[in-house]
Amino acid sequence: MHEYPVTVRIVEITSETARQKRGKVRRIDLVVGEDSGFIGDSIQMYFDVVAEGTPCEGAKLHIEGIKPQLRCESCGKYFERKRFSFQCPFCGGDGEPTEIGKEFYVKSVELEVEDEFPSANASSS
Amino acid sequence: MHMMKADVMVDIHARNNHIAEHVHEYLAKRHVFAVNLMGAPGAGKTTTLENLLKHLGVRGYVIEGDIESDIDTERLRKQQIAASQINTFGACHLDAPLVHNAIHTMQFEEPGILFIENVGNLVCPAEFSIGEDIKLLQVSVTDGSDKPYKYPLAFEKADIILLNKVDLLPYVDFDETFFMHGIRHLNKKAPVFKVSGKTGEGYAEAAAWIKQRAGF
Repeated sequence: MHEYPVTVRIVEITSETARQKRGKVRRIDLVVGEDSGFIGDSIQMYFDVVAEGTPCEGAKLHIEGIKPQLRCESCGKYFERKRFSFQCPFCGGDGEPTEIGKEFYVKSVELEVEDEFPSANASSS
Repeated sequence: MHMMKADVMVDIHARNNHIAEHVHEYLAKRHVFAVNLMGAPGAGKTTTLENLLKHLGVRGYVIEGDIESDIDTERLRKQQIAASQINTFGACHLDAPLVHNAIHTMQFEEPGILFIENVGNLVCPAEFSIGEDIKLLQVSVTDGSDKPYKYPLAFEKADIILLNKVDLLPYVDFDETFFMHGIRHLNKKAPVFKVSGKTGEGYAEAAAWIKQRAGF
């Protein structure tokens, strides 16, 4: 349920790009951080249904997941958090949250676009 | 026919955030300070709201968010607290368009504080901006002391945290040190107020903090 409205937004955003370029969407590259609160598999499940009848119909949705990272307040290194712990594996210091792992955006699309042929008038001039 | 690649780089939340900014501007113009009240079902959000309103001494406005029913809104109306109801019909959180529609049905005659009680949920409400000035996280000792570790985003994003039902501390295994340790790793700034909906303790202090933050 939670992923349905965001899947609608993904289809809207990519359909808009397709309309601007007068093409059909063949592939969408989506970036979903594991701490974004959204599950890639669930978006995938809704995608085909939502895309029906839009320029995204039949497109392949490719999801790049990003593991969250904490930043150590002592040594400044980035690391992945273990369950129930914020401890830095390098120096034993304390880690603080970062923006890494909260990403949620459409990176790019691949479009199938009609070839444009020069008109008769344009070629004769 | 040929293939082409186009960079998009559009945040999925961009439209929601744009509407949230509009909500915030609309309220700010009317000198209304907005509090996004988040917490798990049964943590005591509505009770907290009632108690805070008693201590604020400024005009209070309320939007109640629930999946279904207007039980909380009716409960507040019986106490002469004007509340507007949003039903999400299945959606697990409030978003900016829903709040935008609700504020346009309300009258903000004088400066005050608007409490927007989010849908009972410790996950999704933290992900959506609804035009609030601050996020108030309501947790209770019966929820368990491991919550900051299990639901980090809500704790990370909170501006103020209320730990409710502290009158039950002698009867439950709530490890306060473990709880505070988790919070402080995620969030160094948010004050934590210990309150009890049963006895009313702690709410005067929490209300004073909100009032000061709101500039009253």
